[in-house]
Amino acid sequence: MNHDTDHPDTHASQPQAAGWTFEIPPRLRFLDEDGRLADGATPPLPDDRVRDLYAHMSRARIFDDRLLKLQRQGRIGTFAPCFGQEACQVGSMAALTSDDWFVPAFREAAAALYRGASMKAILLYAMGFEEGQAVPRGVRDLPVAIPIGSQIAHAVGLAWAMKRKKDKGIAICFFGDGATSEGVTHESINFAAVLRIPTIFFCQNNQWAISTPRRIQTASETIAQKAIAHGIRGIQVDGNDVLAVYAATKEAADIARSTGMSTLIEGITFRRGVHTTADDPRVYRTQEEEDAWVKRDPIDRVRKYLEARGSWSAEDQATLESRVNAETQTAMAEAEAFRDAKPDALLMFDHAYAQMDPYLARQRQEAEDALEGRSVLQTISKRIGKTGSSSVVGELEEAE
Amino acid sequence: MTAINQSAAPSTEPMKTERITMVQAINRALDEEMARDPSIILLGEDIGVDGGVFRVTQGLQAKYGNDRVVDTPLTEAGIVGVGIGLAIGGMRPVCEIQFSGFMNYCFEQIQPHASRFRQRTCGSQTVPMVVRAPSGGGIRALEHHSESEEVMYVHTPGLVVLMPSGPRTAYGLLKAALRSPDPVIFFEPKSIYRAIKEDVPIGGGALPIGKAEVAQQGTDVTVVTWGAMLKRTREALADLKDVSVEIVDLLTLNPLDHDAIIASVKKTGRLVVIHEAPRTAGLAGEIYARVCEDAFYHLRAPMTRVCGWDVPFPLLAREAAYLPDKQRIAAAILKVMQD
Repeated sequence: MNHDTDHPDTHASQPQAAGWTFEIPPRLRFLDEDGRLADGATPPLPDDRVRDLYAHMSRARIFDDRLLKLQRQGRIGTFAPCFGQEACQVGSMAALTSDDWFVPAFREAAAALYRGASMKAILLYAMGFEEGQAVPRGVRDLPVAIPIGSQIAHAVGLAWAMKRKKDKGIAICFFGDGATSEGVTHESINFAAVLRIPTIFFCQNNQWAISTPRRIQTASETIAQKAIAHGIRGIQVDGNDVLAVYAATKEAADIARSTGMSTLIEGITFRRGVHTTADDPRVYRTQEEEDAWVKRDPIDRVRKYLEARGSWSAEDQATLESRVNAETQTAMAEAEAFRDAKPDALLMFDHAYAQMDPYLARQRQEAEDALEGRSVLQTISKRIGKTGSSSVVGELEEAE
Repeated sequence: MTAINQSAAPSTEPMKTERITMVQAINRALDEEMARDPSIILLGEDIGVDGGVFRVTQGLQAKYGNDRVVDTPLTEAGIVGVGIGLAIGGMRPVCEIQFSGFMNYCFEQIQPHASRFRQRTCGSQTVPMVVRAPSGGGIRALEHHSESEEVMYVHTPGLVVLMPSGPRTAYGLLKAALRSPDPVIFFEPKSIYRAIKEDVPIGGGALPIGKAEVAQQGTDVTVVTWGAMLKRTREALADLKDVSVEIVDLLTLNPLDHDAIIASVKKTGRLVVIHEAPRTAGLAGEIYARVCEDAFYHLRAPMTRVCGWDVPFPLLAREAAYLPDKQRIAAAILKVMQD
């Protein structure tokens, strides 16, 4: 029995699929590993914009590196470095505007910084202060989402709300290769496809979900091809080529805005660092693999491209590093000053509900009485400088 | 030790023991049971090559192979749902969920299915599965890595819910879980994973499910607690030399050892319950209810409880303001003594 014959309108009756061919095109790439532009390619951005993207990527890298040192010194808690994934994050953000919603997972500091999040806020969150997650009102950024894949549904809801309000914005969400195994990922993509909700699903395929390599995460040849089954566009880009990420996201955004069609972008990249600061990749992957990705580094690549075009100098580099180092130091000084000013230890009561009920208010008073005269704000231990025994800070401190 | 020896095979030889942490004790229980029962299969995220993020399963994949210690795709609901099928199909799955905060994804499988298969099929199809997860706070972890969700599972009839309080009970209770005919939720209080060393048997037996232990005899006040709060309670008692406290360590949270709780309260006439989970609808409320029903006239003072507050678990900087600490525990004990 031929279902198409029985139901000749099956496909035509699905407007979201009409006119689209669902194939995964060849992986998009403008710059090779040495920063050389592909033959015949026209750069999607002028050099002054590329300089700006390079500066943002470098800023994120320097900050990330500083966070790692601070964590090893016991001055901030566990965090998930974005080391190596800067092109995916900065390239995609550069293709969107502040009218679009940004929905991160938990490894998107480079994207958040590009969007305007302050280094101080990121540091406060890493130090365990809720204030670091207080997204300024009106800013279309969600805070980090740790349960894997959970945030993808929120992006669809945000995009839907904008569609309902005839707002021109779209939503982009980030997730990793691991998240493609979670049910909610597929539930969300399907939802967006069926209701034609303009969402960009950006999978940073960084090859590793903690210790689980991509090859045993999914039997699919690509992650992009999962889009075909859902009836949305799927593309693969070289996630370490910021120009390719920009171009792919820009096209996905243009299509989303004009047609409502969503796109799943698979950015091929590599988590060069640890999963979180308590992870030890030496247990599960080889030095050779890590070395191979050093050559493909997204930041080196774009700097070589700019240098070859006479658009970046050693002096530019020194100025940039000096500026970002100073910014990072100031941010940490501000964050530690915030901590040292002894913020209210019981803030947790104040934002649990719009209005505190009397019994909760009574508990707050009980807590105040119980803690009176005692300093209970926790800072991080000095004894957490090694990796590999747990995925969370502090456990080693409990251990002998 | 007594309980373990009771349930182990009768022997005149003294049980060999080794002084180890809870991580090592859980690893040993898994190892010994896997050697005994070839139907046991471990599945979870990062449990094989990595040995689990807390290294609880370290070395087991090398010893038993990657078809018995399986690094799964990243899907908590899938791990438990597939585990249900494995269990009905004659295997004995041990599902590791990396943190109990991620078990919410599994609840759709645990509540409608794992907890109910026995009843739905009049006992013809059962789910002898263990779901292990680190739970509780106290380690300055990331968001969603510190909650105590035990009451959600206690409130799901058909499940056995266990929470050890140290290496010895972790070993004995996990052995019991791996022999249980019913699905077991096994919460591992992560703040004491490496904080306590105890003598743990080598080749020992199971502790009984449904039995609390009197961790300390006393006559003035009964403290009922479980998990990491046992250690915290002991710390509080170091400053309370004048009060004779009896500590009931529940170990099994469902089914509760009703008789042990009632017997102790009848003996002391005073009750303090300590738990990390939020106060409202926490397990302390159920314990209060049972004491009111069966030991009301033995009470010499109003009961009290020291719990987490009724708010979402805070980030690490404020964690110590949320968790019961030794000062709050000591104050509660003194309060019931004065009332």
